[in-house]
Formats: sequence, structure tokens, C-alpha cells
Amino acid sequence: MGEPYKVSFDVDGENFTSAGEASIQVKKILRQLGFAPETIRRVSIAMYEGEINMVIHAGGGRAELAVYDDYIELVLTDHGPGIADVNLAMQEGYSTALEQVRALGFGAGMGLPNMKRYTDEMIIDTKLGEGTRITMRVKTA
Amino acid sequence: MKISDIQRLLGAELLTKTVNTDQEVFSACGSDMMSDVLAFVKEQGVLLTGLVNCQVVRTADMMDMVCVVFVRGKKPSPDIIALAEDCGIAVLATGTKMFEACGILYTNGLHRK
Repeated sequence: MGEPYKVSFDVDGENFTSAGEASIQVKKILRQLGFAPETIRRVSIAMYEGEINMVIHAGGGRAELAVYDDYIELVLTDHGPGIADVNLAMQEGYSTALEQVRALGFGAGMGLPNMKRYTDEMIIDTKLGEGTRITMRVKTA
Repeated sequence: MKISDIQRLLGAELLTKTVNTDQEVFSACGSDMMSDVLAFVKEQGVLLTGLVNCQVVRTADMMDMVCVVFVRGKKPSPDIIALAEDCGIAVLATGTKMFEACGILYTNGLHRK
């Protein structure tokens, strides 16, 4: 097969209102590429949670979508504070989000668990003070 | 149950103009926390919420939901309604409180048999 289809997005960390725009784009692209609705939903929800996380915790970042022969890959990279305790962060209900984020409907401690729930593989590379890179893969074949 | 039935049962105002309210809905979720909504996928659902921002519509879109009901008299701004129309999601607004609105829809058959 040829080169994978790749596209990347800048996620604006200053603007909560626009958070999720990249995820909507990803969803449109996957629809155009003809993936099954269930696959599209899983990838876009994982992407959306990741995008929200980048906005509320990390001051934005970069999201890359790559479509390979048998899987879809999302790589989310930020230069935020990093995750102090990944195991704790993966627990449903655990959140370090501020009250103002909760008032916006997020920060329930479901973001990372949801990203794991909807993907087949999730790898978190994080370093305190330097940032976080999350790679997620969803099988398509 | 159709979106138009939800509108009637909740005495709601339809705020979107271009979205078909003859669409059937088969499930519902009531929450002000969007990540809780994102945790459990249901087919062709309706989202009831008292939270008013663009993320409500984006969350519904991610979940392939077809209708958002703003409860407790909350009124979304025109940009939220425009985003919903763009996503093909019907927007209703009702003065009914969350618990009551969920109860009305449930007792009228909006739940898995």
C-alpha cells in the first residue's frame, strides 16, 4: 500500500469555546474516507477528550491523525505540565481540573479513561514540566 | 419516539429551524457533565442537560446524537444553535427540570425494552 493518509491540527489552548473543532474535522475526514460509524465514533470521542484535555490542562498542543491500512492512529502532543501520576490519572473520577473547568461540563475524571475505553491501544509518554504525548490506535481490520 | 414527540411532551420550544424533527430517538442521557455523557455510547440518542455551551453540541455530535434538550429554562445563544444546525442536531429548550424531564420521557416509552 501507499503512504498513510496524514493530517495535523493545532489545538488552541486559550479558547475553550473552540475546543473540539479539530475533533469535528477528524470526524468529517473519517466519514469521507468511508469508515464504519462505530469506528468513526470511537476515534472521534477519543480525539475529543484528548483535545479537551490539552485545552484545560496543557495550554493547547498538536493533534495528528494518521490512517494506516489496518488501524487509525492519533498522536496528541502538548508542552503542558505533564501528568504526575499516570495510574492515578487513569482512575475514573480522579481529576486535577479546577472548579471553573467543572462548571463547563468537564473535569469529571473521565477523560483519560474514556480515551482508553474507545481505543485498542493507548500509550502515554509524559514528563513533569515538559509535556505529554498520547498515542492512540483503533484497529480497522 | 420522535423529536417532535419530545417537544410536545416537555412543552419545549424548538430552536433549530433546519433539522428534521420526525427523526426517531431510541435512548436518552441526562447530565451536566459531558465526560459522563461520552463514557456510554447509545444509539441515536437525545441529550438532556442544564449546561449551556458549545461543548454540549460537540459532545452530542461525537456521540451521533440527534437532539439536545436544554432543561431548567436554559436558553442557548445563537452561535450554539447555529453549530447544532450545522451538525444536524435538533435543539429544544424547556422550563422543565432535569429529573422531571427525564421521568416524563422515560414513562412515555423512551427506554430500552
